[in-house]
Amino acid sequence: MFVLIFLFHLSPSHNVKVFDTPNDKGGAVYIEWELSADDSIVSCYEVLRSENNVDYSVIATPLPHSNRFDDTDVKNGKSYWYKIRAVAGTDSSESAVFGPVHSSAQWFHHKRWNALVLSIILCGLALWYIMEAKKGKPLFIRRIAGLEAVDDAVGRSTEMGKPILYVMGLSIMGDIATIASLSILSRVAKRAAMHNTPLIVPCYDPIVMAACQETVKQAHLEAGRPDTYDESKIFFLTSDQFGYAAGVDGIIVRDKPGAIFLQGTFYAEALIISETGASVGAIQISGTPAITQLPFFVASCDYTLIGEEMFAASSYLSREPVMLGSIKGEDYSKLIIMIVMGIGILLATISQFGLLRGVAEKFIDWFTMV
Amino acid sequence: MYIIGIWIAAFLTLCIFSFLYKDNPFYKLAEHIYIGSSAAYMFIYVYFFDVKPMLIDKFRTSVGFDKWILIIPSLLGIIMLLRVVPRIGWISRWAIAFTIGLGSGIGIVTGVHGFVLPQIKATFVPLIVMGNWMESINNLVLIVGTLTATLYFYFSKEHKGAIRLPIRIGISLIMVAFGASFGYTVMARLSLLIGRIYFLLHDWLHLVK
Repeated sequence: MFVLIFLFHLSPSHNVKVFDTPNDKGGAVYIEWELSADDSIVSCYEVLRSENNVDYSVIATPLPHSNRFDDTDVKNGKSYWYKIRAVAGTDSSESAVFGPVHSSAQWFHHKRWNALVLSIILCGLALWYIMEAKKGKPLFIRRIAGLEAVDDAVGRSTEMGKPILYVMGLSIMGDIATIASLSILSRVAKRAAMHNTPLIVPCYDPIVMAACQETVKQAHLEAGRPDTYDESKIFFLTSDQFGYAAGVDGIIVRDKPGAIFLQGTFYAEALIISETGASVGAIQISGTPAITQLPFFVASCDYTLIGEEMFAASSYLSREPVMLGSIKGEDYSKLIIMIVMGIGILLATISQFGLLRGVAEKFIDWFTMV
Repeated sequence: MYIIGIWIAAFLTLCIFSFLYKDNPFYKLAEHIYIGSSAAYMFIYVYFFDVKPMLIDKFRTSVGFDKWILIIPSLLGIIMLLRVVPRIGWISRWAIAFTIGLGSGIGIVTGVHGFVLPQIKATFVPLIVMGNWMESINNLVLIVGTLTATLYFYFSKEHKGAIRLPIRIGISLIMVAFGASFGYTVMARLSLLIGRIYFLLHDWLHLVK
């Protein structure tokens, strides 16, 4: 027995593989190894790293039975050597050294081919129809009720001698909903300038405020009324969600706007603001891609632009051929997506009966690669 | 100090609740304190969690490309601040244009990868699941719902003729989804209200344990 214990030597990890983590921004090295033959008694594995293949230090102690580690504390272009130490009580054994290895950033994520191909198709279709529109081809876009009401709402406010309140929501300038909202603001501001109706725009984000000021200023210029532009009506309120809601509520009950536009990304404050708007009798036109807030807008506003309708708003309102072309391109993209869905559903169904199973797997895998 | 904090919080809570009756000086007071303090807090927050660690500290600790690339966002920030100088305020449009362009560009990729592809993938289900009619019905609702709701957002054709019925089904399913979401969110909001009332009755008045 004594001889057996004396002769026992812990088996090391084998086949250590170290490589630059693929499809990343660099700064990471991936290490994987085969478990020790004595894995059942191994208490832990230690990952040892060296920058000169002489001095090694433990950088991580993965759990027992684990065989991989992502070292995210490395510098791009620098050489590193690694080895794995299996530990069982006081006994330990080290694997062979692997290295040198360098980390680097990749320009292209090789598991996102599907996103690239789809983006090219979607953008290509949009560009194609924009070119067609530029050539003068007439493009039809169906009536969108909420957008038709924009001019009516501005007119109503003017007749009542009340201001218009435009709420951009809680998102930042990089959000697509905010960008779409700016287009609607441009139309509303132009109409308001033509009728000399005050337009109030309380903002949640300072950069959005700057963009709103520029948009409204431009709209006043286009309306031929630069003298009526009042920058103080487009102001920063606060970047706190409920502080913003409290402030907008205060404006609604004190200024009693005739029309309220709620266009952008909204969260829990959506109902608070729209309910207050309804309580003062303002005509309310809302629009948001936030699925959780749309039900509240549908319940409390006169018109609601549901998701995509809001994005289509800028093209619809401006009626510019170039912008209409982009909507047309989007529409055909949706058709392609529906056809792809149909093919996928068909393949998933018939593969149940053993038909075209290989084709179905490849087709579905292409869309599910991550 | 803790007791004073509780009393101030309870007073301001009641001030905000007083809006349920009508606009009044107490609500105005709470509203202005809230907006002022939150704006000031966000200013400090942005400095200590964005500007300092991501610009100032990073500029001090980084070397080479990582250091000098920080000049671009710094310049854009300075350009944005030029709005306060009316004569050259127009330059701030460059920074705004950059932000909008960046948002649109990222929006295309994240939209395709984060929304379009997962939605397509989720629809790849068999219409008939042998021996499991419940799952077959579930898949049928999923497929019909996705396709008809997508068709509702097709703007190139009037909602007439052959596509009228599928579009009606699509918008009906959207409204059913909104109804379910409405009920679910109202429940969540009620729990927030209960939390506030619990604060008043427990922390402030000690009426409930």
